[in-house]
Amino acid sequence: MGSTQLPPGTDETLAATSAAVAASGEPVEMVQLLGPDGKLGTDPVFSDYAKRIDPEKLRVFYADMARIRRFDQEATALQRQGELALWVPLTGQEAAQIGSAHASQPQDYIFPTYREHGVALVRNVDLAELLKQFRGVSNGGWDPRGNNFHLYTLVLAAQTLHAVGYAMGIQRDQKLAVAGESNDPKAAVIAYFGDGASSEGDVHESMVFAASYDAPVVFFCQNNHWAISVPTEVQTKVPLANRAKGYGFPGIRVDGNDVIAVHAVTEWALEHAREGRGPVLIEAYTYRVGAHTTADDPTKYRELAEEAAWREKDPLERLEKYLRTEGLADEAFFDQVQADGDELAKYVRSTTHGLEVPDIRDSFANVYAEAHPLIAEEQAWFEEYSAGFETEQEAAN
Amino acid sequence: MATMTIAKAINEGLRASLKSNPKSLLMGEDIGHLGGVYRVTDGLIKEFGADRIVDSPLAESGIVGTAIGLALRGYSPVCEIQFDGFVYPAFNQITTQLAKIHARSHGRLTVPVVIRIPYGGGIGSIEHHSESPEALFAHTAGLRIISPSNAHDAYWMIQKAIECQDPVIFFEPKRRYWLKGEVDVENAGLSEDPFKAHVVREGTDATIVAYGPLVPVALAAANAAIEDGRSIEVIDLRSISPLDFDTVEASVKKTGRLIVAHEAPTFGGIGGEIAARISERAFLHLEAPVIRVGGFHMPYPVAKVEEDYLPDIDKILEALDRSLAY
Repeated sequence: MGSTQLPPGTDETLAATSAAVAASGEPVEMVQLLGPDGKLGTDPVFSDYAKRIDPEKLRVFYADMARIRRFDQEATALQRQGELALWVPLTGQEAAQIGSAHASQPQDYIFPTYREHGVALVRNVDLAELLKQFRGVSNGGWDPRGNNFHLYTLVLAAQTLHAVGYAMGIQRDQKLAVAGESNDPKAAVIAYFGDGASSEGDVHESMVFAASYDAPVVFFCQNNHWAISVPTEVQTKVPLANRAKGYGFPGIRVDGNDVIAVHAVTEWALEHAREGRGPVLIEAYTYRVGAHTTADDPTKYRELAEEAAWREKDPLERLEKYLRTEGLADEAFFDQVQADGDELAKYVRSTTHGLEVPDIRDSFANVYAEAHPLIAEEQAWFEEYSAGFETEQEAAN
Repeated sequence: MATMTIAKAINEGLRASLKSNPKSLLMGEDIGHLGGVYRVTDGLIKEFGADRIVDSPLAESGIVGTAIGLALRGYSPVCEIQFDGFVYPAFNQITTQLAKIHARSHGRLTVPVVIRIPYGGGIGSIEHHSESPEALFAHTAGLRIISPSNAHDAYWMIQKAIECQDPVIFFEPKRRYWLKGEVDVENAGLSEDPFKAHVVREGTDATIVAYGPLVPVALAAANAAIEDGRSIEVIDLRSISPLDFDTVEASVKKTGRLIVAHEAPTFGGIGGEIAARISERAFLHLEAPVIRVGGFHMPYPVAKVEEDYLPDIDKILEALDRSLAY
């Protein structure tokens, strides 16, 4: 595949950052710019990328994190009230998701796992559509092509291979573009997965394929410390970011509760990938403050003190502190954010109630793309069977 | 008309698709410079380059999983799984992902991936190289499963599989790779629809249904039965999913007797499905129970005893005798 490599980009910041990351050795240190105290620090490598984030963007980050947390609370409530079969909360992971998603561009394609509600928000997925899966009316409620945001994948890590294949397709498209058949902007793919999924063989295979073909893919691992009840130490003996070295591409651990650092690192990684420099692994070091799902009970397997310690590192609080201290947002801004969150909650609550229950005929229609005699036969039987009840009903009337 | 082996016919069929569809590409282990362990992709890398004839890492889940991603980006990937017994690492990607993406996206996404798998025994090979896992996949909705038995079908069916917007598993009868036959590269003729069964020999006393490597065996058994004055109809199923029950039903209504032969174990196999459906569709036409000829309920045995395991002419004739005795 040597002949398929695209010329690396020549942007100086990109080149210098890629070189610095490659030279940094074991990434045991964590990139952090905005600490839990709300003070903005510096990073020898990523401060240049952080400088690109202007105050308006910071306010958008905060607003999105707050809105998705509010959405998370509402969805949890909807489940508790029997409106959803299950909910998968994201609270605690807002910075990892909002920061990384905002680093993506419209032409990038994103493969989420099943907790990436914050990424969905940034990609403009209608959050009511997202709830369809959890209400049992759809296995994928939105059109993935509309926002380049793929359906949730519930079989852990399966999507990491799809992401690499998609990225291999982008490489081929770019070659066709060089041949004059397309003017599409350079694109990359993000594959989201978690610390639990990192143990799946598909993650290994996806990293092997990505490395072999220099695929433009960013592996974004949210290490939220718990795979249901099993701690990260059971999944790995080394920082997950270090695994990238074994595959021959850069790996970085970033403070996943620091939206500025997450954005900076992801923006670099995506540029690195788009410019033909190959894949990157980002380990966003964060914490699932709530339960794995609404069916889970974290008190059975972890200490409240641990949760409390992580709440001290809350991603929203630290950004709020920074925005207030620096005078970048006033009380009216925070009031508005809260009002917007309540509005969103109201919207999803009212829409969830109205979500249409599908017809089994929709299931028949979409098993195959092309005509299939068995489907036709079984559906015909079902129609006849159903009609029998109607006839009985008419007779009874 | 050209005479060629089944392996060559698949090779030519792949070449034709690669030429006509610039978004088609092949991926698999050793399929590039080596041309595949059975040389089915021989010479293609020289003609189409390494971007379209992709020598993959040695990872079956990776091959199928990345093929799904390529398909989502608009490509038509054709994966080669080196041997039947090595498809299982990809089983998760095939059954939980590939088969379901069209349905779970409400038909918005299609994943036109073809998975080529050399299958079946009779070549004296070591373990995991002689299996017939088609029933495992036939049980999964969303997949199509076809298997050619002759060179003309092989040439056309692989191209039809690549054109199909659904995922297709293309089982190649590996012990017939070197079987020669006439191929009309201009006209598909009856091969146009890869999902229809073919009556390959007409008869009146009983019907034998087979597919892939056992079609020549079924035909030989039918010929041998002439000595006993029997007129046997033979159906080449060609497609396992969907399964052309109409053609089988029409034949059984004529002959009244049905034998189904496949190398895969009979228990839980395709033969059982055919027997059940035909019992429902043609119960009053059956003169005898549907009889299955297939592998035993055991791991594929060692090569030195595989002759006892595999359906052959005598086993099919024995089944015919039992059927005709009713």
